[in-house]
Amino acid sequence: MPVFNQSRSNIIRLIFAAMFLIIAAQLFNLQIFSSKYKALAYQNALFPKRIYPNRGIIYDRHGKAILNNAILYDLMVTPSQVRNIDTAYFCQIMGIDTAEFRSRILDAKFKNGSFRPTIFEDLLEPDLYAKLEENIWRFSGFNLQERPIRVYPFNAAAHILGYVGEVDSSVLKRSSGYQLGDYVGRTGLEQFYEKQLMGQRGIEFWIKDNKNRLVGHYENKQLDTPAIAGRNLRTYLDVELQQFAEKLLNNKVGAIVAIEPKTGGIIAMASSPDFNPNSLTGPDKQKNYAKLQLDVKSPLFNRAIKGQYPAGSTYKPLGALIALDEGIITPASGYDCRGVYLGCNRPVKCDEKAPGHAANLRLAIAHSCNSFFCNTFRQTLDNPEFHSPRKGLMKWKEYVNAFGLGHRIGVDLPSEDGGNIPDTTVYDKDYNHSWNSCTMVTMGIGQDKMLVTPLQMANAMCIVANKGYFYVPHFVEKIDGEKPDDSVLAKYRLKHEVLTHIPDDVYEVVISGMQDVTEIGTAKSVRIPGINMCAKTGTAENYLVIEHKRTKLKNNAMFVCFAPRENPKIAIAVVVQNAGYGAAWAAPIGSLLVEKYLNDTLSTASAKKAEQIINTDLMPKYFVRLQFIQDSTNAAIRAHRMHDSTYYLKYIQSSSRAALLDTFRRNIQTPQKSAMMKPKANKNIKKTDSVL
Amino acid sequence: MNQRNPGITKGVDWPLVWIWTILCCIGISCIFATTYRDGDNVFQSFISLKTDYSRELLFFIMGGVIGIFILLTDSKFFTATANISYAIGILLMLLVFPFHSRVKGTESIIRFGNLFQLQPAELCTIFVNLALAKYLSRVETDFYKPRSQLIAAAIALVPAMLSILQHETGLALVYFSFFLVMFREGLSPSVLIVGFSFAALVVATLLLEPNTLALILTCIAIVAVYLLRKQVKRNRGMLFLIVGIWFVCVGVQRFVVPFIFDHVFRPYQVQRIYNAIGKDYIPKNEADALEIEQKSDGKKKDDNYNVKQSKIAIGSGSVFGKGLLKGTQTRYEFVPEQSTDFIFCTVGEGFGFVGSIVFLGIYLLLLMRIVSIAERQRSVFSRCYAYGVASIYFFHIAVNVCMTIGLAPVVGIPLPFMSYGGTSLLTFTILLFILIRLDADRQMVLR
Repeated sequence: MPVFNQSRSNIIRLIFAAMFLIIAAQLFNLQIFSSKYKALAYQNALFPKRIYPNRGIIYDRHGKAILNNAILYDLMVTPSQVRNIDTAYFCQIMGIDTAEFRSRILDAKFKNGSFRPTIFEDLLEPDLYAKLEENIWRFSGFNLQERPIRVYPFNAAAHILGYVGEVDSSVLKRSSGYQLGDYVGRTGLEQFYEKQLMGQRGIEFWIKDNKNRLVGHYENKQLDTPAIAGRNLRTYLDVELQQFAEKLLNNKVGAIVAIEPKTGGIIAMASSPDFNPNSLTGPDKQKNYAKLQLDVKSPLFNRAIKGQYPAGSTYKPLGALIALDEGIITPASGYDCRGVYLGCNRPVKCDEKAPGHAANLRLAIAHSCNSFFCNTFRQTLDNPEFHSPRKGLMKWKEYVNAFGLGHRIGVDLPSEDGGNIPDTTVYDKDYNHSWNSCTMVTMGIGQDKMLVTPLQMANAMCIVANKGYFYVPHFVEKIDGEKPDDSVLAKYRLKHEVLTHIPDDVYEVVISGMQDVTEIGTAKSVRIPGINMCAKTGTAENYLVIEHKRTKLKNNAMFVCFAPRENPKIAIAVVVQNAGYGAAWAAPIGSLLVEKYLNDTLSTASAKKAEQIINTDLMPKYFVRLQFIQDSTNAAIRAHRMHDSTYYLKYIQSSSRAALLDTFRRNIQTPQKSAMMKPKANKNIKKTDSVL
Repeated sequence: MNQRNPGITKGVDWPLVWIWTILCCIGISCIFATTYRDGDNVFQSFISLKTDYSRELLFFIMGGVIGIFILLTDSKFFTATANISYAIGILLMLLVFPFHSRVKGTESIIRFGNLFQLQPAELCTIFVNLALAKYLSRVETDFYKPRSQLIAAAIALVPAMLSILQHETGLALVYFSFFLVMFREGLSPSVLIVGFSFAALVVATLLLEPNTLALILTCIAIVAVYLLRKQVKRNRGMLFLIVGIWFVCVGVQRFVVPFIFDHVFRPYQVQRIYNAIGKDYIPKNEADALEIEQKSDGKKKDDNYNVKQSKIAIGSGSVFGKGLLKGTQTRYEFVPEQSTDFIFCTVGEGFGFVGSIVFLGIYLLLLMRIVSIAERQRSVFSRCYAYGVASIYFFHIAVNVCMTIGLAPVVGIPLPFMSYGGTSLLTFTILLFILIRLDADRQMVLR
């Protein structure tokens, strides 16, 4: 056969080769030239899974874990795998009806699709978990997933330890290390030591398939970063004392701070009313948090570092030290007090009337003579050295600030408050530059514009006990695995020798006076046999604006002390709001704590006294009124917005209204009813009526 | 006759057999790579026949057995039965209409029980190839006569028509590859050129605005007249020819293409063509939109998704690939149909650019080998048949690979020896072994 057209075989070969070249070119383009496909492939198939390390554990001074980790369980559902299950039985266990069941499954499909597990119910109650665990094999498509949570084994120190919550947008903006849904310390030590407690998050690269299911590890975990557990904190806290302190403040409003003077370590810090820290970790945390938020007694508020109180007589030892150091008085100075100070226009009452109760400094401190300290304060301001009460006041302020009052001390908790020690500008403004030492004479007995926090008072006691130096009060003694250049704790290890220029014998005089307080003075009823306790009681007048009216409330009971005198191991400040005399309510609490701490146990008599205090209800009655105002206002707003007056009705109906306010009418000191409230309530009623 | 290898092995072209074996093995391992899950018992699943790769292995062995039988057959058998087998092939394709079962939207498959199913349109390529070779090798055929060319075209295009009726557009296109054979046997190259130009014009019509394209065509015509002005002066007919071509082109882009797209193709096919050239297709009326939706079976994943995923898979292979069992895209079902039509993704992702080029090189080697075998035949029948095989392979490879890398519209065409599917593997194997058989008798003149 002749082979004409033979050349065409080459054309065909050429066509073949050309096609392959085109394909090769496109492959080059796809695989080598453009990098976007590789990135797209990673996006498609790789899932960087964050591995959360355990948060650090917080221990007390005896090595007991007071904030620990525990595992709770979430019930997860993968909707596509839910087949042929006994829905009725499942619903019975869960306590829901089938309609709810269906809607939740639908929700899950909506959120995450049919093929990925979604939370059906989170943080199961232990008994529900037990029931489900037993039966989970019956319910295909459901499984239990671990969820680490924080637990507080002693149910104590809620304000100190704080809690964790989901990270919010402000934190997300500030630091790059967090993602939506991460947990972060929100208050207390949890927040302050977030960096140390958090540990280091790990990343595992997982391969996912086309339905977003995770199917396996990528590259044999070679690219994974392991998670590093958070570091544990060792604190100075004595959890038993802490629990005892919290118990003593039961049904009272107030705060307790106990510090170890030699180190500045805080042994106990209680604020009342408080809350159960475990209520903010479990299944009902949202509900519980909302409840705490709406309580006018503000249980979330840490009064120990944020509560600002007039110092009252507990300031007097400091005033004495200042005056002694300035050389205005001597230990032998006295004042002839007959129960009232008449040095200024306004008489200042003194509770002690017996003549000679302020014959010298020691006695004046022991009997807490107002006249003596008003006089001393005026002399301090009118110090002939300065020729002007302005300079005298500024010098005095310098001293008081050195005692740690009037500014934030820097405790290792977030959002501490500074209290208030006024300077000349305030008085210039209030009195139009015409004021003298008489204007502010009550500051000498810790009243007037002086405001302190319990923490500051406890710290001031430490300075007195230490005769001039202090360490910034703090909770954390050690961080496990701490590096030497760890700057977090460095500032708490600095000795602040603020007032060591005052000679020791000056301190001794004042300390002797303070010891006399418990021997012969105002707090002699709380003397602990065998312990030389130096203390000072205080009874501070206080006012509150209730319904736009400045109302005088029952006095705040105050107490500060340190013990034992020879080698101070504990310094305490106690405030019980609106309780009455310091000696009657605050002093026993302080003394019980000292006894418990130093002796480890309480004597029978003390135990009985403790029981009595614990059972006493000193909750101020004005809270009832405030709560009513707040709740009814909220209910009115809700009724107006949602067109739903169910909650509001009970505040309108006269019978339940009376019940809600009954206790208030009988106990409030101001008989004046709010002129403000009634028209407002009426207005709201009208509004809701029109809405309905 | 060779002493050591008497009988069947005499004259066998071993390179072809080796290429066949290698490609089949690569194919089985690629199917294995896409369907294997960690922890499967490899040996057990290979003999269980429950997995795709084990069945493919079975088909491979079956192909080998059939190949041996073919080698045992006398070459004359193929020439003698060519016409009858063509008739049988057409009959089989006609049988599809009453007996087909719906599998993945096509209507071209006959099922025998659960395990075995047959796609006659695929198998028929063998018979068409034989029949065409038979017709072209007849002494009385003068292929330069238009009548003969028409008959040859009819032989190839009748099964193509039947395939279109079975909604297997891809396989119908395969039959057009026989024009390469005819070209080799003396068909005027102008047919191929016109065909190619027509295709280019269609694509241009889709890509460009109608007016812009008309303008471009006019410009081309004017330039042609200018360049050929001397000839035009000498011969007025030339001018009329150019104007005529211009007129036809504009007519095609203005009227023919829109007509074909609106009335001949199904909406989903139009959509696929648009996808291939990277444009969005907006259905003209609601009925079309509805049909596209029905075609996709309510799944959101359209063909565009397939191509996109396939490109991602291949693109992520980079230079050297991720390794056979380490591809993230192909192993976790991102690419649909990945053991059949999109099997090339596995190669692209697993072995990267280098691997793909080597792999395509094997195919190119196969094609070139077949072409040179064709050229060494003494009988026209064998040569035509060999070119037929080369054309069929070429068309499959080109369209399938182009489809996975986004150069061609998605049409369901398997990759020879690679894609999972018994019919296709056996068809390609039989095609090849008949060629080897014919080649073994290359000294004979077959009629």
